[in-house]
Amino acid sequence: MQISILSFTVAAIFYLAFFVFAYGLISKILQYKNTPAPLKIPTMPAPTTQAGVVFRMSKEVVFFESLFKSSKVTWLFGWLFHFGLFLDMLRHLRYFIDPIWFWVLIIQPFGKYGSILMFIGLAGLLTRRIIVDRVRYISSPSDHLMLVLLLSITTTGMAMSFYLGADVISVKSFFIGLMTFNIQNIPSDPVLVSHLLMVASLMIIFPYSKLLHAPGLFFSPSRNQVDNAREKRHVAKWAEDLEKN
Amino acid sequence: MADKKFETPELREYPIIPKLQKDVMAHSQPFIAKDSHNEPLGFPGELVEDWHDVAIKKMGDLQSKYRGLQVYLDSCVKCGACTDKCHYYVGTTDPKNMPVARQDLYRKVYRRYFTFAGKYFPKLVGATDLTKDVLDDWYSYFHQCSQCRRCSVYCPYGIDTAEISMAAREVMDTIGVGQKYCNEIISKVHKIGNNLGLPGPALLDTLEGLEEDVEEETGVEVKFPLDVKGADVLLITPSADFFAEPHVDGLIGYAKVFHEAGISWTVSSHASEAANFGMFIGSYENMRKLAMRIREAALELGVKRIVFGECGHAWRVAYSFLNTLAGPWDFLDQNYPIPQHICEVTYGLIQDNKLKFDKSLNDDMVLTYHDSCNVARASRMGDKAGGQFLIPREVIKATCNNFHDMSKDTIKEGTFCCGGGGGLLTDDLMELRVKGALPRMEALRKVVEDHGVTHMAAICAICKSQFAKVFPYYDFSMDQIVSVHQLVSNAIILTGQRDENDQNDDENHPQQDIDEAA
Repeated sequence: MQISILSFTVAAIFYLAFFVFAYGLISKILQYKNTPAPLKIPTMPAPTTQAGVVFRMSKEVVFFESLFKSSKVTWLFGWLFHFGLFLDMLRHLRYFIDPIWFWVLIIQPFGKYGSILMFIGLAGLLTRRIIVDRVRYISSPSDHLMLVLLLSITTTGMAMSFYLGADVISVKSFFIGLMTFNIQNIPSDPVLVSHLLMVASLMIIFPYSKLLHAPGLFFSPSRNQVDNAREKRHVAKWAEDLEKN
Repeated sequence: MADKKFETPELREYPIIPKLQKDVMAHSQPFIAKDSHNEPLGFPGELVEDWHDVAIKKMGDLQSKYRGLQVYLDSCVKCGACTDKCHYYVGTTDPKNMPVARQDLYRKVYRRYFTFAGKYFPKLVGATDLTKDVLDDWYSYFHQCSQCRRCSVYCPYGIDTAEISMAAREVMDTIGVGQKYCNEIISKVHKIGNNLGLPGPALLDTLEGLEEDVEEETGVEVKFPLDVKGADVLLITPSADFFAEPHVDGLIGYAKVFHEAGISWTVSSHASEAANFGMFIGSYENMRKLAMRIREAALELGVKRIVFGECGHAWRVAYSFLNTLAGPWDFLDQNYPIPQHICEVTYGLIQDNKLKFDKSLNDDMVLTYHDSCNVARASRMGDKAGGQFLIPREVIKATCNNFHDMSKDTIKEGTFCCGGGGGLLTDDLMELRVKGALPRMEALRKVVEDHGVTHMAAICAICKSQFAKVFPYYDFSMDQIVSVHQLVSNAIILTGQRDENDQNDDENHPQQDIDEAA
């Protein structure tokens, strides 16, 4: 079978994107992990046990509890987007596993509607960024472009799911091929190819942008620390040196 | 106010989010520290020649030392959730007082020098060089943050602007751009032991004066001991408690509580200050050095317990950092929390029925309670999360008949800063302090109108001084701010206390029963 230049190019871009994503993200996570947190600074009231911290963090990760407290509109659009994204990513698992797990099959239709939630969420967030003077003030071009990129990924995906269709069999064999280092042809469908290239660029941008909020949350001392400062000392390595004097 | 050069904001009936007015507070800067203020703290006396390089190096150093700073610099998505949460933004409408915009003053420099995107695409991601203008903005706006952490409550990632403003102040100190108010005070504590530079003999004189006053008023010999070796409790209290109003009435309250409970206590002339401005300037080293004075005093006096008086940021340093900075406290009595807050002591004694009160003695007041930010969002009291909200209120309710909370989104974890915290309680920032008090003033006005509240109680020396100063700008009077232990002091019935005819003329007065029981 002849492998097209397009397929080679897309494959190469995905290998690069995966490498940058994995390397960048892992180095950031290691940096966060290895940087000491020398003082106890949880935002109080904070849990007094580790189990309590897990509960607090789960509420943040799943329900965006703090955002809910601060702005219902941002919470609504933000949560819709992230929940839709979550459904859609689960749905896309079917392109990477064979045979497809049972539960991935079950959620296929829900995943499809996840894209609608994503679209509503992203459109809302972008509108808010433009019309609310405070949010417009704090926005850089990259903040707008990030939303535009995500919206474009969403709309090309929706176009294929709901109207145009795509040769999903070939897409799957292309990705399985990538994973087994056996490059396969990708359909030369412009909507599909642009969808994929935008996803690849998102992966590349991820570890070098504000998308680091995803791992960042788990390392945020104001959210992940136990309130036990009176019971336990919490001396960082570099602070120990001060004690020697 | 005769000498004021700015407009006091109007109290609004329905607080709505104000429209932005760019750079209206750019002129607000505190006095710069002189070399004599900077050098005792280990900082250069004035702006160093290669300040740019030194600053960038210091930023890198801080990022590698503080995980919070590194994570917060990376994680902000500019969602805008914090934009309307800062009292200084609400009061001044300057967009750089929105927490995210304040952080961005630092973040844009971080991005330029430490991130791929900022190095190669600065315009795209809003990264800028560290220039003199940027430094000027830092000096203005990182001294318009009271490090109250309200924004961190509402941030989906818990980003705490306080951490960033502390880092910025430390970077500025490192290049010789210090703030006079904080650095002068810290140098006084290093030298003398308290913020006011009050030497031992003056302290002794003040405490003896208080003993006389209390004896004259009650007929009971309540002691105010200084440097007494072998006392059970070392009281660490803000030096304002020694004579500022209404702080000193709180100190009298602590003394009466200790006296009535039979707890022997002492103040130390070596560690005669609870405040620790080392935190405000983000200097771990200075904060630790100040905290070590408490350890030295505790060891020298051979006390068994350490109790902190009413002070907000001091309680943050005490509760959250003292064990780390100056521990381990294995030589103290482990049956008590180390350190303990005076409200915890009083609350515990109330629970055990060790104190007797005549609440009616506070009937001339209708109280509300201002949660001080550092107590509310950066520390705890008691053994359960949220004890810092419950315990002071329970102490007030045990000593007063009339109490009403302010509206829900302005108290407890959502409390608004008084406007003078974080090292900003200085006359050169008066405009900022008055404007920053706006949200609290609005909440207070509401309970005054709805419930006839006459006084607001607080447990922070800075809050008390700040309110005493800004109340008149909003048509309140300066004596409407009271200490929580002032209420305790008013209502407590000491054993053997002289009857005061003017207050006990009513036959059915509960005072009778209490006196007999005693």
